[in-house]
Amino acid sequence: MSAWDDELTSPGEDGGEAALRSPARLTAFRHGLGGFLVPVLTTVLAFLAGGIVVLLTGHNPLSTYQAVFNGTGLNWLFPWVGGGERANAAFELQQTLLIAAPLLLCGLAVGFAFRAGLFNIGGQGQYTVGAIVAVWIGSAFSGMPAVLHIALAIVAAGAAGAVWAGIAGLLKATTGANEVISTIMLNWVAIWVGVYLFQLGGPLQDPAQKSVPVSKTVVASAKLPVFWGNPTLQGLDVGVFIALALAVVFWAVMNRTRLGYEVRTVGFNPDAARYAGMNVGRSYVKVMLMCGMFAGVAASLDILGWKFNLFTNDIQTSQIGFYGIAVALLGRNTAGGTVAAALLFGALITGTSSRNLNPNVFDPTLAQYLTYMIEGVIVLLVSTDLITLRLLKGGRRVSVVWRGRKPEEPAALEGGS
Amino acid sequence: MSVGTIAAVPSRLAGPRQLGIGGLVLGVVAWVITLPPFEVRSAAPSIVLAVAAVGAGAVATGGGERKLGISSVLVGLLSVAGAVASLKSSHATLGAVFVWSALVAAALRYATPLLFGALGGVICERSGVINIGLEGMMLMGCLFGIYGADVLHSWALGLLVAMIAGGLLALVHAVFSIHLRANQIVSGTGINFLALGITGYWFTQHYGPNGTPVNVSMVPNVKLPLIKHVGFFGGAIGSANLLTWIGLLLVPGLTFVLFRTTWGLRLRSVGEKPRAADTVGVSVYRIRYIAVIVSGMLAALGGAYLSVGFVGSFSNDMTEGRGFIALAAMIFGKWKPWGALWATLLFGFANALADRLSQPNPTLGTLFEALPYVLTLIAVAGVIGRSRSPASDGIPYVRE
Repeated sequence: MSAWDDELTSPGEDGGEAALRSPARLTAFRHGLGGFLVPVLTTVLAFLAGGIVVLLTGHNPLSTYQAVFNGTGLNWLFPWVGGGERANAAFELQQTLLIAAPLLLCGLAVGFAFRAGLFNIGGQGQYTVGAIVAVWIGSAFSGMPAVLHIALAIVAAGAAGAVWAGIAGLLKATTGANEVISTIMLNWVAIWVGVYLFQLGGPLQDPAQKSVPVSKTVVASAKLPVFWGNPTLQGLDVGVFIALALAVVFWAVMNRTRLGYEVRTVGFNPDAARYAGMNVGRSYVKVMLMCGMFAGVAASLDILGWKFNLFTNDIQTSQIGFYGIAVALLGRNTAGGTVAAALLFGALITGTSSRNLNPNVFDPTLAQYLTYMIEGVIVLLVSTDLITLRLLKGGRRVSVVWRGRKPEEPAALEGGS
Repeated sequence: MSVGTIAAVPSRLAGPRQLGIGGLVLGVVAWVITLPPFEVRSAAPSIVLAVAAVGAGAVATGGGERKLGISSVLVGLLSVAGAVASLKSSHATLGAVFVWSALVAAALRYATPLLFGALGGVICERSGVINIGLEGMMLMGCLFGIYGADVLHSWALGLLVAMIAGGLLALVHAVFSIHLRANQIVSGTGINFLALGITGYWFTQHYGPNGTPVNVSMVPNVKLPLIKHVGFFGGAIGSANLLTWIGLLLVPGLTFVLFRTTWGLRLRSVGEKPRAADTVGVSVYRIRYIAVIVSGMLAALGGAYLSVGFVGSFSNDMTEGRGFIALAAMIFGKWKPWGALWATLLFGFANALADRLSQPNPTLGTLFEALPYVLTLIAVAGVIGRSRSPASDGIPYVRE
């Protein structure tokens, strides 16, 4: 009998103590701890792996990570940091939050689908479509009152993203098309449509900048107001509150509405859901619509908050939809976890950007790929919680409770229904 | 006449399935007759054929063949658009774009990496492991193929390095998917991120902003001495790359191994009923490991073709989603090597067409770049009949 079992079975000397250590309480404690500790441990392991890579290629991992951390602005939270360094850190923190907000939404876009057992890799395409619509509406209608203009742009971008994701959902519901492939294909279609629209000679290219493949610029009435920092120097806009509000919406829908109940049921067992009378196909469509909405709004926050236009190069090199996958997985598809994970990845991206990272310590381009590697290790570790859980429990055989699709569920690629 | 009455025609000649296939053929013909060498310059025949295609498709849908019928209707409608586009283009443009021999040659070039990927996917999934990481393994082969060819001054050794790199990444996927019982789609996605990071890091570290050197040893083209001068065939296959020929030869080879050898039977049994195979003494884990690693090596070869066989250099994320198109080709081909071949040829043709169409009209050409992906979408929606994946695909096997 191990130490764990002794605690459960042996009678406590004080009756009260034994009650505290009842099996139910301990299980709940372990479960809750696992829910929080596992992502933390996963992240630590991933950073360790990244550190090994840095070491193997002849750099100092500790100074590298410190340089990255200094670029994130998180040291603004430390009260002992002051003066010029504090002002710097404030600016960096604004950048981190500016990236974390759309990351959060892209993470929600993936997480919502995961809860239903769907794998939405199409966040990038849904984001792109949302960006196209946001920049189109944002650069037109220059007479509109600001609140109306911003609201219109955000809603339209969300709707566009929803429709784009809905295509994949509809295909899955009617023909059983595997959503992994269909969303990835839709990604590329969206990217090429975007490049077509804004390239030199394209239909939506800015007529005022004929030699630059860029969209028209967003007009002043559509720009999101900045509340922290200098508006001309890319300060933090209110988009971060919109993102947090949508995270609350995610939580509310998932845990307090009938749709959320349907989503979770379908995620645990589609057959049981069907037996209970739920229309699984229609649920898939609804889920994908919601996911696309999140990703589309993410794009509108970027466009209206600090980008203000869209280059074809932006469309082709953006990876935010894919970061969203790692964010959702690390956050275990919950609203709170996704917020934390988005903050982590936002910090990582800002800290490794070429503006922040001192090339003498570590090349920023290399750092960008290091981020991809860390992201890959995180996703790999999350795909099997067995490693991290096993480490936590000291090597005993463990079973895993999966939010969404369990490993035992057939995740088969089906071409037919 | 109602649809029901038509569908009630009892003869085998007009069954819903035959109508669906016939509709598809009619739809394709409706467009092809407007192209060289036929170049019918009147809209009437195309419209008639397209209407027939749509009609046949509608009847087929009514008769129960939903997917075949819907795709027949779609193809009919698309052909009308295609025919209109052809009629609006000049004879010269059509002649420049639709040089069939060049199109076929280009189709083969585009199809080669897809074919290797799809064949790798077939082996892996037939053993019961989903491999979403094909894209990552292809990317590893792409970078390490040219790195190996550069450092070791030989394309053959470069290909070997590529295969080792792909195999190693596949080993990671195998460990996570088989022993650690991971969710295989998630672990595959992680593999793709990892590959993106590793290849970008290695590329930047070793080659920096200058990129790969210019005259790296490349995989040679096989110049067929006799056929080279025979018109269409000369242009089409007269000087295809060695890797293309290897890929084409792998198709009957793999079909033989999978369906006519004991090892192939064991592989398929592990993919369908691993518990039964285990009972008979087949080592499920070992076969799955081998299958995943082989699929990684094949995908890496496909990626290496891109860098060492075709383009001659490497750029970040060079594979651009080809690994996923290869997966779609595998599904389209119903997890069979020959099916994968036809599917990859179709996608390769779409790519080649998009390329040639971009010459007379560069702006529109960008839009046509999306064509292969749209085609994949239609394919994945299950156009031709039912396709069933191996029964235990994606389900980790737990030894007892």
